[in-house]
Amino acid sequence: MEAVVNQLPIGLSIGAVLLLIALGLTFTFGQMGVINMAHGEFIMAGAYTAYLLQGWAGRQAVLVALPVAFAVAGIMGLILERLAIRHFYGRPLDTLLLTWGVSLVLQQLARDLFGAPNVQVQAPTWLQGGMGILPYNRLFIFALAVGSVVAIWGYMNRTSQGRRMQAVMQNRQLAAVSGINTGRVDQRTFFIGSGLAGIAGVALTLIGPVGPALGTYYIVDAFLVVVAGGLGRLGGAVIAAAALGLLNSYAEFWTNASLAKVIVLVVIIGFLQVRPQGLFVLRARALT
Amino acid sequence: MRNPAWRVGAAAAVLLTGLAACGGGSSATEGGSAAAGGGGDTIKVGLLHSLSGTMAISEVTVRDSELLAIEEINKAGGVLGKQLVPVVEDGASDWPTFAEKATKLIAQDKVATVFGGWTSASRKAMLPVFEKRKALLWYPVQYEGLESSPYIFYTGATTNQQIVPGLDYLKEKGKKKLFLVGSDYVFPRTANKIIKAYAAANGMEVLGEEYTPLGHTEYSTLVNKVVQAKPDAVFNTLNGDSNVAFFKQLKSAGVGADTMPVMSVSVAEEEVKGIGVDNIAGHLVAWNYYQTTDNPANAKFVEAFKAKYGKDRVTSDPMEAGYNSVYLWAEAVKKAGSTEVEAVKKAAGGIALERPEGTVTIDGENQHMYKTARIGVIEPDGQIKEVWNSGKPIKPDPYLKTYPWAGGLT
Repeated sequence: MEAVVNQLPIGLSIGAVLLLIALGLTFTFGQMGVINMAHGEFIMAGAYTAYLLQGWAGRQAVLVALPVAFAVAGIMGLILERLAIRHFYGRPLDTLLLTWGVSLVLQQLARDLFGAPNVQVQAPTWLQGGMGILPYNRLFIFALAVGSVVAIWGYMNRTSQGRRMQAVMQNRQLAAVSGINTGRVDQRTFFIGSGLAGIAGVALTLIGPVGPALGTYYIVDAFLVVVAGGLGRLGGAVIAAAALGLLNSYAEFWTNASLAKVIVLVVIIGFLQVRPQGLFVLRARALT
Repeated sequence: MRNPAWRVGAAAAVLLTGLAACGGGSSATEGGSAAAGGGGDTIKVGLLHSLSGTMAISEVTVRDSELLAIEEINKAGGVLGKQLVPVVEDGASDWPTFAEKATKLIAQDKVATVFGGWTSASRKAMLPVFEKRKALLWYPVQYEGLESSPYIFYTGATTNQQIVPGLDYLKEKGKKKLFLVGSDYVFPRTANKIIKAYAAANGMEVLGEEYTPLGHTEYSTLVNKVVQAKPDAVFNTLNGDSNVAFFKQLKSAGVGADTMPVMSVSVAEEEVKGIGVDNIAGHLVAWNYYQTTDNPANAKFVEAFKAKYGKDRVTSDPMEAGYNSVYLWAEAVKKAGSTEVEAVKKAAGGIALERPEGTVTIDGENQHMYKTARIGVIEPDGQIKEVWNSGKPIKPDPYLKTYPWAGGLT
């Protein structure tokens, strides 16, 4: 019984990890319709940023790396958007292939730069230990996920830049004729979306491997959260991440890890049959 | 109202799942230099490991040590007066790719022999290729036994040289209740069958048995199950990057090596670096070789490896077995006077070499090696300290015929 109760916070903490890796995608995939397969590699870039900063920040590297990784991954995203993706707007399947290619290139680049074996990022000493079943590093990730959601919500709803972003998302043409520079908004959206992946990467160094293949382990889950939550919906992503985290945790607890993955996928497919647009639907007169 | 984006999204999610299941790795290939196939004054040998994907973390290091052995042999005059030319291929952590690349190495490059593989799944994929084409594979990693192909030389440990000694050690230390954790493929599942048979015959109890897909990184639920079951020890057959996530999450759940030691059979010096020694210090491993193994051949190997690849690199059991494979094959070729497969096979039996792990002798019957089993504990500096060894090389017994409790296993 105790174990069953323990699965609740475990499920929520899995949800926090899912939310963190999916947040950036709700921007780039959800709001811009760009299927960015290289999102996982931006996560990887964040993780390696923490690794590199260890040189002078030592055990506090994880903390120092948060803003740096945001900038590093954000700039990588910006470069990708400027050089390639902007030529493919409105062609989601082409973008998928393009960004998949980019993700392979980035993985191999990491392998050449840092070597194929995993590297180690030391966790700060104040993140060792934990409360009950939940380790402090999980609570840290939870806080980071909540903090990111609040920051994004504030940005979207309380700043003029954020409102412009929403305007472009809801109706690109109308936003453009209203004098909004949609190209610039796209750049900004991509910068933030990719930057959030960098932050997720830093957080993942606390619980997972840091290696060239890191991105591939999380990209599928990230897409599942965004699709189930409803494209571009922050609230949908939060609820979907929590639900998938709990589903994962209990499915694995009562069966096993392999079967849990199957169960989660079947539930999502079933759910999308009933609500093909996800949990939350963006209400607007026209889209794309 | 209707947004077609969700359709694409759903399709992408499904597609992605498929891609990830395939390993999701890149497929970079390093072609070898083009030399005349077999003839002339060079001999081509194939190296087939995953240089990308989830297994690259481990397999790249074996390729490195095999290249070192080839370089050393060439410096010493080559084999039969001919220089060895390595042809390196990438198995990409994808089992059908291994079969495909093996075919390519044999049929197109016409290599004299292939050194390759890590996971049993990759070996099982390559086996029919080598048997059909009557070519030779040297497989350098410990595995689950119950196999003896006439076209494979197994230079890593079979179960009675690694898993059984590991269990003997746990039994000796009074660890009676075990929890089994492994990756979901042939090696862990077969290894756990053997462990359960051993446990039943030796008064030990298996409290749980859990498998996770290769590349799995979320272990909080599994750790919760292990903690609730309260075993004396965990027997870990996870492979690849999953080990990092498992040990990090076990450590942060407050489970230490003093209360619940984990005995691992796929974690060596190289993996310890990636896991972070903080997270794994004090836990146990079972192998036949450690970087700290004390003998002149090992001192020479470690020095040569560091000179070629850098001071901060480490050597590990599968790397040493890969390194040995090249030397053992070269010795067999010298003895046979030819690289012809049947002649090499016939000559190989009984060859004994002083290797970094000690004396290694080829068993001509099952083509496995006599190897010394060693149990080690991971030290705070990332090295592994030997705490027990079998004293002398153990005769390989891949089918565990000499162990009465293993009667029901196939």
